[in-house]
Order: sequence, then C-alpha cells, then structure tokens
Amino acid sequence: MNFIAIKMLLGDRAKYIGIVIGLTFASFLLTWPSALFTGVMKRTFSFVTDVGLPDIWVVDPQAQYIEDVKPLRDTEVLRVRGTEGVQWAVGLYKGMLRARMDDGTFQNCTVVGLDDATLIGGPPKMVAGELADLRQADSVIVDETGARGKLAKKQPDGRRVPLKIGDTLELNDHRCIVVGICRITQTFQNVPVLYTTYSRATTIAPQERKLLSFVIAKAKPGTDVSALCQRIGRLGLRAYTPYEFKKLTFWYFLKYTGMPINFLTVVTLGFIVGIAISGQTFYNFTLDNLRYFGTLKAMGTTNRKLLRMISLQAAEVGAIGYGLGVGAASAWGGFLSGRTQIAFSLPWPLLLVSASAVLVICIGAAAVSIRKVMKLEPAMVFRS
Amino acid sequence: MIATQLPPAPAKTETPNQVSVRCANVTKTFGAGRTAVRALRGVNLDIRAGELMMLVGPSGCGKTTLISVIAGVLSRDGGDCSVLGRDYIRMSTDATTEFRGRNIGFVFQAWNLIPALTAVENVSVPLIINGIRRRDAIARAAEILFKVGFDDRMMQSFPPDLSGGQQQRIAIARSLVHDPRLIVCDEPTSALDSETGHKVVQLMRTLAVGKDRALLVVTHDARIFEFADRIAQMDDGVIKRVFDSPEEMKVEG
Ligand SMILES: Nc1ncnc2c1ncn2[C@@H]1O[C@H](COP(=O)(O)OP(=O)(O)OP(=O)(O)O)[C@@H](O)[C@H]1O
Ligand SMILES: [Mg+2]
Repeated sequence: MNFIAIKMLLGDRAKYIGIVIGLTFASFLLTWPSALFTGVMKRTFSFVTDVGLPDIWVVDPQAQYIEDVKPLRDTEVLRVRGTEGVQWAVGLYKGMLRARMDDGTFQNCTVVGLDDATLIGGPPKMVAGELADLRQADSVIVDETGARGKLAKKQPDGRRVPLKIGDTLELNDHRCIVVGICRITQTFQNVPVLYTTYSRATTIAPQERKLLSFVIAKAKPGTDVSALCQRIGRLGLRAYTPYEFKKLTFWYFLKYTGMPINFLTVVTLGFIVGIAISGQTFYNFTLDNLRYFGTLKAMGTTNRKLLRMISLQAAEVGAIGYGLGVGAASAWGGFLSGRTQIAFSLPWPLLLVSASAVLVICIGAAAVSIRKVMKLEPAMVFRS
Repeated sequence: MIATQLPPAPAKTETPNQVSVRCANVTKTFGAGRTAVRALRGVNLDIRAGELMMLVGPSGCGKTTLISVIAGVLSRDGGDCSVLGRDYIRMSTDATTEFRGRNIGFVFQAWNLIPALTAVENVSVPLIINGIRRRDAIARAAEILFKVGFDDRMMQSFPPDLSGGQQQRIAIARSLVHDPRLIVCDEPTSALDSETGHKVVQLMRTLAVGKDRALLVVTHDARIFEFADRIAQMDDGVIKRVFDSPEEMKVEG
C-alpha cells in the first residue's frame, strides 16, 4: 500500500508542493530564531568557554552571572590555593575600560588581566604575535573583531585601517602597545576585548579597594570537583564548575531579559504558520482524495492500513519540508556568519528539537485527516 | 504475456446449494422520525453462483441501497442476508472489510480509478490489498488488462488520459483481478454512450461470469438486459418480480 500512498501524494503536484513549502517555512521559522537564540545565549558565557583550562570558577557569592563581577580581595587567591585538593589557582581581572581613539572619541573595551606569572586565561587562538609577548612593557593583545571593527584607525579619507602589532592605544590615560591579535568566541556585549597582565590591568583600572574579578583553579587529579567547590564555599566564596557557571548565566539571561519572549513569539509564529499552511493543505489533499480512500476501504483496505498510508504521506512531506527548512536555515546562517557578526548556532540537540516540532505539526495535520478517513462510510462509493 | 507464479488464492467461504447471496425480508431505513426514508422494506432475493443478475427499477426504489447491503459496505436494519455463506452482522468491521477485499469485486458508475496510478497499477490494487507483492500484482494485473484489450502503452497510461470506455474496462479488470466470488456493479454503463456501454457489458459477460462467481448489476439501460441471466425488478423498497430470462421480461414487461 505504501507505493499507492506515495503516488497519491505526488499525484497532486500543486498540493504536494504547497504542503512541502508550508513545512519548509515552518521548519525555517522554528529553526532560524532558535539558532539565533542559541547563538546569543552561547555568547553570554563565551568567556568561560574561551578560558578552557580551569575546573573551578570562584566568585563572590552574590554574583548572578559571568559579567556580574563583584570584586574579591587579592588574598582570596592564596586562600583558594590553600584549599585541600587544589592543584593551582590564579586570579583573573575582567573589567570595562574606555579606550581613547585617535579622533578623540572613546570606545568601551573589555579588559582581561591574566596572572603575570602563568598567563592562564588567555585567548583560545592567536592570529598574530604570541601570548608571551604580554611580558613586554605596556603590551596588550586585541581581539580580531575589535581590531578590525570598533578599534580600527580612521584615516583622513574615511577608510578604516585595522589595528595591528606595533600600534598604540590609550586606555584610561595609559599608553598601551599592541603586541598580538587573537581570535575569541564572540561575546554578548560585542565590544572589543583586550588581554594584558593582571598587574598591568589593575594599574590601568580606576583604583578601587578590591580588583580581583575571579579566581580560577584546577583540581588535583582524582579530586571530587563538586566536593572541592563546597570546601571553597566554606571560605565565604562561591565556586562553580565551568558548566554550572554557564548554566547560572544562561538562566539569568532567560529570567531577566526580554529575549525569551521575543524568541518564543517568533517560534510560536512558525508553529502556527506551519500548522495553518501545511495542516490545512494536507487536510485539503485528504478531502480531495476522500473518494479514493473510500474506494480503497470498500475494496477491503482496513482502517489500520489507511492510517498507515496517511501517516506515511505525512511523514514524507514532513521529512522533505524539515530537510529543506533546516537546510535553508543553516545555509543562510553559514552565509551570514562568514560575513556578519550574527550569532548563529545550530547544535544537534536543537536539530532534534525542531525535528520534534515538525513531527508534532505533521501528526497534528495527519490526525485530522486520519479521523476523517476512519469515519468514512464505505457505502459512499456508490453515491456520485 | 508475463507468466507469474501467484501465491495460492486465499481460502474462499463455502456456498451451500450454489446460492451466492440469499436475502430474506431485508430492511433498511435512513434517518429517523418524520424524515425517515424506508429504502428497503423487506427484500427477498437469491443470487446463484454462475449467474449474471440484473437489478432494475425506478429511481429511488432502493437499488443502490440493496447492493450496498449485499456488498457489505452498508449495514442492514433487519431481516437475514447471507453472502457466500457469511453474515456481516456476525463479523467485526475489520473482518467485514477483509472479507470484501478477498471475495467481492466492485465496478462503480464513476469508475473510481485512482488518477495518480497508471492503468496497470490501478488494476493491481485489490491484489496489493490482499497482501500480494507489488511485482507479482502488477504482472497479474497486466494479464487481465491484456484480456480486456489493453496494449503495453495503454497499461502505462493514467486514467484521466483515457476514454470513458477504456476507464470502465480498467474498472472491470480491477473487479476481476483477485478472482472474487461476487461482483457488484452500480450503473456500469450510465456514463458511457450506448455502443460503448454495450461492449463493456459484453466484455463483463464473457470475462466475469464463471462457474463460482455471481454478478449483480444495477442498471437502467434496457439495451444491456440481453446479457442478463435473470432480471430482478424492484420498486419502492421491495423486489416485485424476478424474470428468469430477458425474453420473459420483454414479453411480460
Ligand atoms: N445515506 C442516505 N441518507 C438518507 N437517505 C438515503 C441515503 N441513501 C439513500 N437514501 C434514500 O433511500 C432511497 C433509495 O435510494 P437508492 O439510492 O438506493 O435508490 P436507487 O434505486 O439506487 O436510485 P437511483 O436509480 O436514482 O440510483 C431514496 O429515497 C434515497 O433518497
Ligand atoms: Mg442508485
């Protein structure tokens, strides 16, 4: 019966294309905002992703997310280092400082200060120069996107020339020299990121009593990390694994920003469009073919087999519509990612989620049709 | 022609005394109360194996209702009706459906061919329904279509591209392909011009009538009466008379 079902489906070209386009649209409208949302959410914790080395992030107990820096005393590094099970612990500075541009305007930058001795917490990839060059006096490393974009030097003729090694820039009235260009995961704030040493960063930064943003630590091999986090917690600090710290940030953004609402609105829209277009067209297709379903029933096709036929038809259009929709979304996302700073991320769990959503649409569309065909009286075949 | 080994035909129900269909006092009412229509008011009719029985009568007298009940696509309200020794009332919906699939062939006034399937695929449908593999079903369907005068090219045509007479020949092939023991046809010629209609019934007469098989044909068309073995005349929900030959009806009707 399967080939009959498929041929019936393909037999009505216009409706078939209509159903597939509807599902393609729906898949796209489900996948696209979800991928953007995932991309944006990933940016909120990109800093933790980029600092890959530590097992543990130690912050003030009041900190609600990664950017919510509540400075610690410098001595906390030593206290964490002294906790049983800690292999190493270093401090990390993260703050927002103003860079003065050649034309006199200011540009906010994230400044990351790395432990002077070890330089732990540096960028994941250097494009030019070496991380170790930070040991030179007044040196900073600039992220590629910032160097090309917001920090690029404006020429008199209006052209913008990317910042390169050897260029200088003024941070909070301190002159700094660019010694390297790095590549980092795009951040949520989307401002340039500068790397320097902890001592230099704290010198440049406006003087406050406490300047230590994070203590990052590594557990000794074989140590139970969550137990270690609890031990650090007893020092009056709060310790998270990278995963927990990301999750904390993720939930903070979910709860306290308008993003989820916008996102849900678009996704719901996609869902409704999907059901409206594809469901309606699929049902119309079934209605058009009711006479033939009735004929098949009269000629001995049981309801169970008819159910299988309609499910197969729905599955066919669902699979094709999903493939086209997700394909279009990822092609478009890939195209834009290479050219813009769009936050696009399509990990496989998301593919699974949008596949399930399309499945729900198909089941919904098929269910109405199946009901109609199940209730069909085979006697209708003799009435014209 | 393509020679194929078909799986053994499904077991058929035994018919006592060579009677394929026996209806006694069958009633059917549509609706209820003031608007109720008593379509069958006590039908008595026997159809024998091997005969072509025609059912005639004025419009609205209940012919379609009666063949629907006999074919098992409509349930009766009262009376007895055994078809090939079975009574639908004692069977589940699925069992009735499967019984139809194995034992009954249908020819419809509007042909009801699936437009997205080729002629030969349409004819193979009853075999597919009975679980026969597609390749074998197509081969068997091609044999039957060949008998009704189709060549290879026509077999691969889609019904909407064919004439009414050709479509009805596909429908006849489809009603025969699974070797059913009862074939029901409702007005098989009414959508055809008289010459084509005549040819189509002739074809049915030669191909479909067999020792074990009964044909019940509802018609208005007096020009095809000559192909009947017996003719049942229906009026107002009952069988008024059964003529034992077309000649008898000509003389007396
Ligand atoms: N599903 C139904 N609901 C209500 N009334 C019906 C239904 N089917 C048939 N009838 C009525 O039952 C009566 C018999 O109808 P039926 O179709 O059996 O007549 P017929 O002899 O086949 O007529 P025709 O020659 O016009 O096809 C008619 O009055 C018809 O209106
Ligand atoms: Mg009728």
